[in-house]
Amino acid sequence: MATQTVATATTGQPEIHYLNHAKGLKSWLLTLDHKRIGLLYLVSVIFFFIVGGILALLVRAELFEPGQTLMSAETYNHIFTLHGAIMIFLFLIPAVPAVLGNFALPIMIGAKDVAFPRLNLASWYIFWLGALTMLVGIVTSGLDTGWTFYTPYSTMTSSGVTWVALGVFILGFSSILTGLNFIVTVHKMRAPGMTWSRLPLFVWGLYATSIVQILATPVLGITVLLLALERIMKVGIFDPALGGDPVLFQHFFWFYSHPAVYIMILPAFGVISELVGTFSRKGIFGYKFVALSSVAIAFLGFLVWGHHMYVAGQSATASTIFSLLTFLIGVPTGVKVLNWIASLYRGSIWLRTPLLYALAFLFVFPIGGFTGIALGTLGLDVPLHDTYFVVAHFHYVMVSGGLLAFLGGLHYWWPKMFGRLYNEKLAQIAALLIFVGFNVTFFPQFILGTQGMPRRYFDYVPEFTTLHQLSTVGSWILGLGLLLVAAYLLHSLFKGQPAPANPWGAGTLEWTHTGRIPSPHNFERTPVVTRGPYDYHLAEEIFGNGHGDERRTPTVTPAQGQAQH
Amino acid sequence: MAGVSEAATGHAEAHAHHPPYLQHHFVSAEQQFDAAKLGMWIFLATEILLFSGMFVAYAVYRVWHPEVFQAASKLLDWRLGGLNTLVLLASSYTVALAVHYAQLGDKKRLVQNLWLTVALAGVFMVVKYFEYSEKFHHNIFPGGNYAYEGLQLPYVGQFFSIYFVMTGIHGLHVLVGMGVLTWIALRAQRGDFSSEYYTPVEISALYWHLVDIIWIFLFPLLYLIH
Ligand code: HEM
Ligand SMILES: [Cu+2]
Repeated sequence: MATQTVATATTGQPEIHYLNHAKGLKSWLLTLDHKRIGLLYLVSVIFFFIVGGILALLVRAELFEPGQTLMSAETYNHIFTLHGAIMIFLFLIPAVPAVLGNFALPIMIGAKDVAFPRLNLASWYIFWLGALTMLVGIVTSGLDTGWTFYTPYSTMTSSGVTWVALGVFILGFSSILTGLNFIVTVHKMRAPGMTWSRLPLFVWGLYATSIVQILATPVLGITVLLLALERIMKVGIFDPALGGDPVLFQHFFWFYSHPAVYIMILPAFGVISELVGTFSRKGIFGYKFVALSSVAIAFLGFLVWGHHMYVAGQSATASTIFSLLTFLIGVPTGVKVLNWIASLYRGSIWLRTPLLYALAFLFVFPIGGFTGIALGTLGLDVPLHDTYFVVAHFHYVMVSGGLLAFLGGLHYWWPKMFGRLYNEKLAQIAALLIFVGFNVTFFPQFILGTQGMPRRYFDYVPEFTTLHQLSTVGSWILGLGLLLVAAYLLHSLFKGQPAPANPWGAGTLEWTHTGRIPSPHNFERTPVVTRGPYDYHLAEEIFGNGHGDERRTPTVTPAQGQAQH
Repeated sequence: MAGVSEAATGHAEAHAHHPPYLQHHFVSAEQQFDAAKLGMWIFLATEILLFSGMFVAYAVYRVWHPEVFQAASKLLDWRLGGLNTLVLLASSYTVALAVHYAQLGDKKRLVQNLWLTVALAGVFMVVKYFEYSEKFHHNIFPGGNYAYEGLQLPYVGQFFSIYFVMTGIHGLHVLVGMGVLTWIALRAQRGDFSSEYYTPVEISALYWHLVDIIWIFLFPLLYLIH
């Protein structure tokens, strides 16, 4: 971390930035730089996303026809469980915060790093320790409980629940450390002038996420620990054969896992706000509402876990209360969606790949959200529970939140991460393929669910064949789109055109105040913030004074970006 | 932009004379101290939530089977539990003194009080060791492994599951605390701390108070059920 030189275009020196200031594997594995740690996480979560994705394709392939086609029922149980567990614990939960958040959050608030860089690196190692612990269980004996680990099956099965539970316990620490780091960073590390009402909305989203991470994850920790102890030394809190109570397990599990869906979606909301703000050039309509609704969702999210247990023997009074609270959480969420739409309305829309993902999100997410309200209705949930309707619902929210927002954010920050552009045309085609593929895969599942197709079955009656086949074909389109993304991003990494410092004309600090690729300590001098993140009318450094037609061609160059004050 | 450039120069000045303990990414020592302290408070919140899961399990089973909890609680020795409570309270006092002397820059008393705290924590663990071995000796194990002839009731196993898991995890925290405080004591001997810089002392003391407070809840809930 010795080099502090920041090359500017004017001096003509070779650029020294966070990617090249130190070389060799060791400089990466021991780095304390939040940007490099973000990239370490990027490689890791992409790896697990590929594994989880292949498993998903296998699940869909088995369901192409009724009856046993590719694998036995037992194998199928293992495959769908691994798909879910890997996607949730090893991809969705870390994806946006630990990759994009780590990379962007400190720069966005004008800090040199997160508050605790060592803990940040530790969280990455703990992530791998947890992942490898899970893998020990999976490789030696598989996992067939579903990602929800419901007792008593999870205490009886011979599959690797103990190892996986311990792995999830360890992963929790990684998640907590990231959340803790972000909260302290946002409270204590903001640059002069970076008031709370000038925080970019991505930061607000991550802040709300972090609250959920630190408040909910410990409860998951103790739950899976008790589950492991249940199997190791028969503690009997959850297993009815030992006098325990399986419904208590569900309460504990969902007390974490409903908030956990907000760990996946709140950072996504933040990404969408940045994309909408930047590419509509108009600022976010109702900034305060969008910011505070994240916090409201974070807190309300703790009060609705019972909507997963309407048919699990919970009292009717409890169910009614949980149902009402579930409806309530639609309010702040609706506020967000409507405000994004209002932000786009009459904006100066610049239709680039990141915005395409944001628009896809705006189409897909409300479908997930509204079907969530439907499932939150007591009368509707009874027939729909544990059917493909639920599968479609949570994929609409999680894939829109986890995947579309992650891809949108990745395409947005890519030029800043690597200093290179990607092929815009291919990127737009890929985004379209992913959008179409996603809907073809999951929309039929709503219909299948209402017709009674149960979740987690490897076989079905022949009447469902057409819809299942449609869904499987959709998964191929989706896979193709993702392959295309991998191809042009890899190409960009090595051969892409050099990106300017602020290719999108965005107004947040990582674009306006750093070089093409940020220097190891982000800024030459701590920036002083004098305007809000989306105040384009004040952003002279981007658009000059008159900003009529210049809107689309920001005038900022790396040199100007550096040479603020 | 007047106020603006002032802030910028203020920062440049802070750079000029970095105290050795100030990490590079912080602007000032106060910022570093505040960050560390807030971080520790948040960590303590996660600890409380970790235990709260077990407290909920305790509440549920106690409400369902109050008479079993009463009978099972009698198998615990309240005198040993009480002794350990006093020991931990004393250790909280010594660690608070350690912080006090750190603030005054009194190295000798700081080191003394840190070692005293570690010693008291050691006493706690020794007492716990005797309690545990006495239980194991009578085949008092958690849950399904409970096999004590003297008290056979349904759900006694649950009481002891909760007892062993809660005191076990608490004991682990005590061990971790002993490790941390030993490390801090060694650093204090080496002269790492001064009245300007004693953040590690302060935040480890915060952690130690939490370990103490959790025990203050465990003791009556487990040992003193009537
Ligand atoms: C925002 C992101 C969301 C994510 C990531 C998400 C994820 C999930 C997941 C994974 C499940 C399946 C749980 C299982 O395995 O049983 C589920 C079920 C459910 N979700 Fe969501 N959800 C989200 C939002 C919502 C919203 C906004 C609502 C309602 C307002 C909602 C209501 C429900 C209900 C009622 C169920 C239970 C359905 C059943 O099992 O019968 N969800 N969700
Ligand atoms: Cu939920």
